[in-house]
Amino acid sequence: MLTASVGDTLLSRGMSQVGPVDLHHLGLLLHALTNINVIAGILLLIGFFASYTTALSWADLTFVMPATAFGYVVIALLSRFWLHEYLSPYRWAGIVLIVCAVGFVANGPSRTDHPDLDLMDSGVGR
Amino acid sequence: MNSAHIFHQWSAILFVVVIAIIGECLIAAGMRGLGDLDRFRTRPGLSGYLGPVRAVLSNPLFLIGALCMALNFFAMLYTLSIVELSLAAPAIASLTYIGNTVAAKLFLHENVDRRRWLAALFVCAGVVLLSK
Repeated sequence: MLTASVGDTLLSRGMSQVGPVDLHHLGLLLHALTNINVIAGILLLIGFFASYTTALSWADLTFVMPATAFGYVVIALLSRFWLHEYLSPYRWAGIVLIVCAVGFVANGPSRTDHPDLDLMDSGVGR
Repeated sequence: MNSAHIFHQWSAILFVVVIAIIGECLIAAGMRGLGDLDRFRTRPGLSGYLGPVRAVLSNPLFLIGALCMALNFFAMLYTLSIVELSLAAPAIASLTYIGNTVAAKLFLHENVDRRRWLAALFVCAGVVLLSK
């Protein structure tokens, strides 16, 4: 959960440095590939995707999804305390809701036990 | 803004959501089938990670899922060109959360108890509030 949310945060930081890409100037995309920020963004994207898929190998999708949503909270807090952006009461309420959601799933089991599947690859189920 | 334009916008949003749900479920199914990735490690050290990477990249369910996610990315770019970001981002994120929860229960047979439903709904509401 931590690697995924940190990866998510780093990714959004990398991509925000890239800036907006206009759909009507697709040639810019090729030029953007030479940008160090874009390369960092792509590497971070791969890192996030790898940690996300690894998490899916030992946990349920419905467990991993809300857990990675914690990345939204980290992004919001980073923008508040690092970029000094203003967070409206709505956003604080949103942060509280997502923290609650992560708390819900974190207290429960991370994986549904499938007897037939666990028989197939014994020792894998947790 | 006429109704045809609104229909066009929501069709694009729904397409992005559906393709994301299919991709996520396929990747989750593929990874679940693989199980513990440590089993594929051939030797200790960094080069030992090549085994798990090869196992994941040769999994057909994972590959089709990854293709769906790539398609999702380009569909998202198209959607953002016709729908405002303040509508598209929360709509896509929250619909994907709900859709994924339903799909995980139906197709992956995950045990979606009341706690997980609440978590999905709270994340949706949270995402909508964050985008305000």
